Amino acid sequence: MLLSKEDVEHIALLARLHLSEEEKERYREQLSNILDHVGKLQELNTADVPAMASIAVERSRLRPDVPAAAMPRADLLANAPDAADEQFRVPPVLDGGA
Amino acid sequence: MSAVRSGALHELSAKQALAGMRAGKFSSVELTRTYLERIEQHNTRLNAYLYVAPEAALQAAAAADKLYAKARRKADTKLPALLGLPIAVKDVLAVAGMPTTCGSLILEDFVPSYTATSVQRLLDAGVVILGKTNTDEFAMGSSTENSAYGVTHNPWDETRVPGGSSGGSAAAVAARLAPVALGTDTGGSVRQPAAFCGLTGLKTTYGRVSRYGLVAFGSSLDTVGVLARDADDAGLILKVMGGYDPHDATTVERAPKLDKPSGKSLKGLKIGVPKEYFIDGLSAEVEGGVREAIAQLEALGAKAVPVSLPHTEYALPVYYIIAPAEASANLARFDGVRYGLREEQADLIDMFKRSRGAGFGPEVKRRIMVGSYALSSGYYDAYYGQAQKVRTLIRRDFDTVFKKVDIVAAPATPSTAFRIGAHGSDPLEMYLEDVFTLPANLAGVPGLSLCAGFDSQGLPIGLQMLGPHFADERLLAVAKAYQRVTDWQTRQPAL
Repeated sequence: MLLSKEDVEHIALLARLHLSEEEKERYREQLSNILDHVGKLQELNTADVPAMASIAVERSRLRPDVPAAAMPRADLLANAPDAADEQFRVPPVLDGGA
Repeated sequence: MSAVRSGALHELSAKQALAGMRAGKFSSVELTRTYLERIEQHNTRLNAYLYVAPEAALQAAAAADKLYAKARRKADTKLPALLGLPIAVKDVLAVAGMPTTCGSLILEDFVPSYTATSVQRLLDAGVVILGKTNTDEFAMGSSTENSAYGVTHNPWDETRVPGGSSGGSAAAVAARLAPVALGTDTGGSVRQPAAFCGLTGLKTTYGRVSRYGLVAFGSSLDTVGVLARDADDAGLILKVMGGYDPHDATTVERAPKLDKPSGKSLKGLKIGVPKEYFIDGLSAEVEGGVREAIAQLEALGAKAVPVSLPHTEYALPVYYIIAPAEASANLARFDGVRYGLREEQADLIDMFKRSRGAGFGPEVKRRIMVGSYALSSGYYDAYYGQAQKVRTLIRRDFDTVFKKVDIVAAPATPSTAFRIGAHGSDPLEMYLEDVFTLPANLAGVPGLSLCAGFDSQGLPIGLQMLGPHFADERLLAVAKAYQRVTDWQTRQPAL
């Protein structure tokens, strides 16, 4: 078993996932098995192999910097769970903020 | 209506249907209605479609018929290539005004205001969208069992999975609930369901088709592809939807044109048969079917030679680091702020955690966590860094082999369609379903799977062909030559 319960809680925080106690135990086991399996890669000596930086066949180019119409704000806000005054509304981010 | 009974329009391939409409034998409204009726009749059982758009489809079909009528009055009217052809779209591709759930609860109510480039090009060519098809949540899976909206059933045996993640599209085309459908392939999600459902499935070269409007899973792996009854139909769709798109910087301006067989003979074509794809765990019946198909290609004039892709066994571990790593970054956007499910909390971080905890299903959570771990401080080099190095080796394997042969032929899957629930508790077991399809995504090369016969239980067997970058048309041409002399692709499941 590679991972402890604390490891799983740390990963879940990094990933911004709330997990139940039951999920934590299940994922501890499953993630350990997966990590164990992918650990197979350590058997290869890759000292002289460059890491693949891009799979793209051509070097990607920048498109011309030409102003174009943006998507209408109302369309984009239409999918927001909470919007007000043409903005997305979220819980307070700063301490003491209103 | 003389040559074709109106009740049998669903038996026509896309190519035949287009020819029939052009010749005025039937209308797009009649064709579209035929499919809508079949969806109405069979979809409750199969669960291939998550969303059906009968009104919009019939409206688009009527508009197509008007243009056909105009062309009959005015000979110089230019008709779009796919005018009036119904299609189904996998529910990870955005279509303005239609729900795009990605098979996830987190996007249950999401309706995009824009359309994916691949779909838009098809719309510009005149297609009629029937609806959106089921998928494993965010395309993560090999069976559609990971969809939040229920499993899709394989039309060849409804106790079995259709494959995945484009299982809804595959089941729809196999059951004749659509002539052709769009899918996406990040690790085999077009080729594997095509194999399980007896279809021709094309995974395009990375850079050939724009991913703009495709909800991103693994950005260095994601490709848009097509599930069709035969190579001709797949080619029709590719021709329209491919090409440079300023909205996807990885698309190439001009895809190089590679040699391809023309006509019936495959004389001069060299096929590599990689020994690493004929391993323990490959079912004897699949191996038999695939070897017979390769013999058929040889009978058409091709020469088959053994080749080696030595790093094939590392594709699975490389994939299950890189794909989750990219997924963990891509799916960070689902935070309950701009779109998607939100669980209200007083604290912002709690809101993120609760929203994502409630909205994502088990496989998506697993992959996000594997990815977060692999990218986290202290583990990055050992996991992600090493995986990207081995990915280089996998790509080099293909570069080396394609200096010697024109295509590679191998099984698409280790077995035929498995039973719903067969891989219940162990995620690794499900991952092993993709061992033969993952390498192409890691190398960015095109792949095609086609029906090469049936096993003793009547389930389709898939032959997979891989080619060098931009050999998409070569693969289609070989498939077409094969389909000229076989008739597997014309068989239909009894519904």
